[in-house]
Amino acid sequence: MTTTKEFEFPLMDGTLDGMTHLVSDRAIEGDTVLLNMGPQHPSTHGVLRLLLELDGETVITCIPDVGYLHTGIEKNMEAKTYIKAEVMSDRLDYLNNMGNNLVYCLAIEKLTGLDVPERAQVIRVILVELQRISSHLVWLGTHALDLAAMSVFLYCFRERELILDIFEMISGQRMMTTFIRPGGLWRDVPVEFEAAVRQFIEALPERIQQYEKMLTKNPLFIRRTKGLGVMTPEDALRWGVTGPMLRASGIAHDLRKAQPYAGYEQYDFDIPTHTDGDTYARYLVRMEEMRQSLRIVRQALDKLPYGPVRSNNRKYVPPPRSELSTSMEAVIHHFKLWTDGFTPPKGSVYMAVESPRGELGVYLESDGGPKPYRIHWRTPSFTNLQTLPMLAKGNLVADLVALIGTADIVLGDVDR
Amino acid sequence: MDETLQSLVEQLKERFDASTYSYADEISLVIGPERMIEACRLLRDEHSFEMLVMESAVDYWPELKPRFHVILRLRSLKHNLILGIRVPLEGNFPTMPTLETVYPNANWFERELWDMFGIRSLGHSDLRRIVMPHDWEGHPLRKDFPLGYEEPQFTFNFDEIDLRKPYAKESQ
Amino acid sequence: MGLEQKLGNLGIVTTKLEDVVNWSRTNAMWPMLFGLACCAIEMMAAQASNYDMSRFGMELMRASPRQSDLMIVAGRVSRKMAPVLRRLYDQMPEPKWVIAMGDCASCGGVFNNYAIVQGVDEVVPVDVYVAGCPPRPEALIHGILTLHEKVRGEKLRDNA
Repeated sequence: MTTTKEFEFPLMDGTLDGMTHLVSDRAIEGDTVLLNMGPQHPSTHGVLRLLLELDGETVITCIPDVGYLHTGIEKNMEAKTYIKAEVMSDRLDYLNNMGNNLVYCLAIEKLTGLDVPERAQVIRVILVELQRISSHLVWLGTHALDLAAMSVFLYCFRERELILDIFEMISGQRMMTTFIRPGGLWRDVPVEFEAAVRQFIEALPERIQQYEKMLTKNPLFIRRTKGLGVMTPEDALRWGVTGPMLRASGIAHDLRKAQPYAGYEQYDFDIPTHTDGDTYARYLVRMEEMRQSLRIVRQALDKLPYGPVRSNNRKYVPPPRSELSTSMEAVIHHFKLWTDGFTPPKGSVYMAVESPRGELGVYLESDGGPKPYRIHWRTPSFTNLQTLPMLAKGNLVADLVALIGTADIVLGDVDR
Repeated sequence: MDETLQSLVEQLKERFDASTYSYADEISLVIGPERMIEACRLLRDEHSFEMLVMESAVDYWPELKPRFHVILRLRSLKHNLILGIRVPLEGNFPTMPTLETVYPNANWFERELWDMFGIRSLGHSDLRRIVMPHDWEGHPLRKDFPLGYEEPQFTFNFDEIDLRKPYAKESQ
Repeated sequence: MGLEQKLGNLGIVTTKLEDVVNWSRTNAMWPMLFGLACCAIEMMAAQASNYDMSRFGMELMRASPRQSDLMIVAGRVSRKMAPVLRRLYDQMPEPKWVIAMGDCASCGGVFNNYAIVQGVDEVVPVDVYVAGCPPRPEALIHGILTLHEKVRGEKLRDNA
């Protein structure tokens, strides 16, 4: 039986001594195998290292080792002004860029009391829901790819290209757009935006039908996912799990309904839940969420009003460039904002939104200066990943791959 | 939101000898570390604040008394409330009792507190570094830890930085 | 069809050995899955059907370093990950090439701090740098074609 001497890679502090409290007694005797499912692995959706204690193929203990993507974003944001720091927020949960921008801007708006015009609110909702659909498409593609359904991966990325084309049309960038700014949006969307989004939402429902036809009643898929990784509602609450993982266990908690932001109370949509709490239930919940997102986008498009897209508060929002040639105050505001940056009042806020993975929150504390004094990102994948050892006990290694997929973790979120 | 939360906060203020801090329709209780566990247990059991949403810290260096404030957010799904708790800690290597017995997901949050700030959680089952390499020295999110900024190469200093940069070789 | 026209009935073609070797290396270069962060998503999109990379010979992405020739470092490399990266590079058999995809792999990108290696060329020697944050799939394909041109110009004694 292998012992830790085989790994030249340091485990925790190089010996088994550092982890005797984590593995079962059989590992110390040498009865079970310690396997390193390393940072580079096709199924771990990023750089996640799992130390598995295996008895044959059955997992006895699973110890996640995170930090291989730690970027020091929180400390780096403290060294930049608020607007420059927003660029980094895109890159946290890199499948939910608009959502990260949104929560950051909502936190600043809560801290400073900034108003957001109506048109900007509606467009924000449209973009965030499109981003949610694109994130769920990537989830579906990679989850099915891990379970050996490769064609679903290709179909999902084909749909995702349509969404990325829309993002490129409005901002010039496919993924890291930084389009949502404090006080509204960066600039107004072009004329073709509405037609493009409408075309997309007409095309998507039958595509979702296609995926459902391939997977939902597929006996192989059901065999691999039903009954796997059951999470009871009490466990989910104790471990602080949010998002589709919580809703698949039966608790209908969605921040868009519980503590609405950005005008979500005006839209009519359902929160899909399921009672089983297993991998198949989470799959059903996320597929239904895509449909509900389409519903929201359709309602938002129908009520898209005319008007400005950025707030008029010149202490925080730069003036439009057309004003710079005529108004002296505009030039002064522009100068102050670009050299010093805006200075919110002293205080601290916590703002949370519903990202495709769960509750994404920003704790922002300001000391009256132009840079955030402390910004902490409460990311859903960090909390959801903590439940993996509990879910993986007693399952096979192949099931572990399915569990990582169903937890829908993004390592940028976990390590920040 | 306000009435139930307001009355709850008044109740807790008297019982735990705490003060409050509020900003922009949010309210936080400022409790000392000795009474924090008791307060959280009470909130979880009697007032159904089932979920620990966030546990993080702020460093107020060079002020040493208190240097750190540990920030918690507790959410009650039943009543749809969110309550903040602030725990001031003094000194350069403070300790605080662990919340793991009350909320199991505080495990990784407190590991991150140790890793990033050096705040020890007494009674924690598995206190080791989580995002930094296990042999890293220092606690990065403290204010006296440098950012690690590397000078960017512009055209005027391109060659001198080029000489200093540790490029990798084909085989080592 | 084209090859038979050139060969006629002879079945013999004369060329330099270098050309044949380089041609075969470029047309079936298998990348190793090394997607770390956001650039990995664009790499996956480049592999998917819209910007198919299989047309250039990269039909599969091998997860094992022992079976791949190209390492596309896609994403930010943190200090904890750097020894892993070097180890995987050492495990790849010769001839091997490295593409640094994205700004974070080329020079540290947006992140200039304690946790990110400022440019992956501090860890492994890089052949092609692809800029962008994240680079479009077409930019990645352009980077791969640049690498193909570089490989076509290689001499046999470079890898001896």
